[in-house]
Amino acid sequence: MSKRTVQFKIYRYDPDRDEKPYMQDISVELEPSDKKLLDALVRLKVKDDSTSFRRSCREGVCGSDAMNINGKNGLACLTDVDSLPQPIVLRPLPGLPVIRDLIVDMTQFFKQYNSIKPYLVNDNPPPERERLQSPEEREELNGLYECILCACCSTSCPSFWWNPDKFVGPAGLLAAYRFIADTRDEATNERLDNLEDPYRLFRCHTIMNCVDVCPKSLNPTRAIGKIKDMMVRRAV
Amino acid sequence: MVKRIVVGAHYGLRDWIGQRVTAIVMALYSVYFGICALMLPEMSYEAWSGMFAGGFMRFFSFLFFMSLFYHAWVGVRDIFMDYIQPVGIRLTLHVIVMFLLIGYAGWAAQILWRL
Repeated sequence: MSKRTVQFKIYRYDPDRDEKPYMQDISVELEPSDKKLLDALVRLKVKDDSTSFRRSCREGVCGSDAMNINGKNGLACLTDVDSLPQPIVLRPLPGLPVIRDLIVDMTQFFKQYNSIKPYLVNDNPPPERERLQSPEEREELNGLYECILCACCSTSCPSFWWNPDKFVGPAGLLAAYRFIADTRDEATNERLDNLEDPYRLFRCHTIMNCVDVCPKSLNPTRAIGKIKDMMVRRAV
Repeated sequence: MVKRIVVGAHYGLRDWIGQRVTAIVMALYSVYFGICALMLPEMSYEAWSGMFAGGFMRFFSFLFFMSLFYHAWVGVRDIFMDYIQPVGIRLTLHVIVMFLLIGYAGWAAQILWRL
């Protein structure tokens, strides 16, 4: 591919200097090797090094470069820059406090993640080798363990925007089901108790924004449905 | 009082199932009511009140209204939970809606058994 110029409209806010956020129009010339939006952003950073964004692995594994791209949350490193209509409008993830430019404060998001105890609870002494699962039991964890905690889903969820302190959010609930579904975990009842609440789980109204934006093609809505299903089977 | 975020009211499931069951009741009633209304020989007060004269129709209609009010209660409370953040205002609105719906339920019974 040849050299081409890309137009950007980027949300800029430096609380030390700016009174309020503004949108900056900027264009950048790409090299033929630049394929992804992140490549373009790195190029842009060379042109204007005050532009701030998070990035690390640049291959959709670390989940640091989640942002709102042309109105839809996604990872800059997985988004094909040539597929985007221009100007490419970049904003920070919606609903979380902005630290600077495209960098948001994810404390609330991780608080919710921590609240579901994202680790195996099993008080039995570990066997000499590993705790075994059948292939079918292991199969249930597919589509759950792959979450990279980029927060694209939770920050596209209106219920999480309105009650981020009380609603666990799609990412946290997907992780919760990952441990509820794990046959090696023994805290299933406690985990269900922890979620049986009008706010923590039942703020989900199944609008599926989370499924629409997940860069790993995971389905938090289905996981939430399975948690509700388990609660029904426990109660009825 | 220290302001801490407290959750864990443990009643989410009951209302979630209730909303789905009441939706099914309302869907079934809508079909049944539609068929009964279309099968009326004429659109007159006598025919209309005759349709509600049977015990089954009265019972089913009352069940429909009760389902509607319970369904509405869960739905409206959900909206308040999302959009009304101050607890005092939310509680006041909850109480108003609850009394309104209880009043409507009594009114519905009165109308049905007066027809």
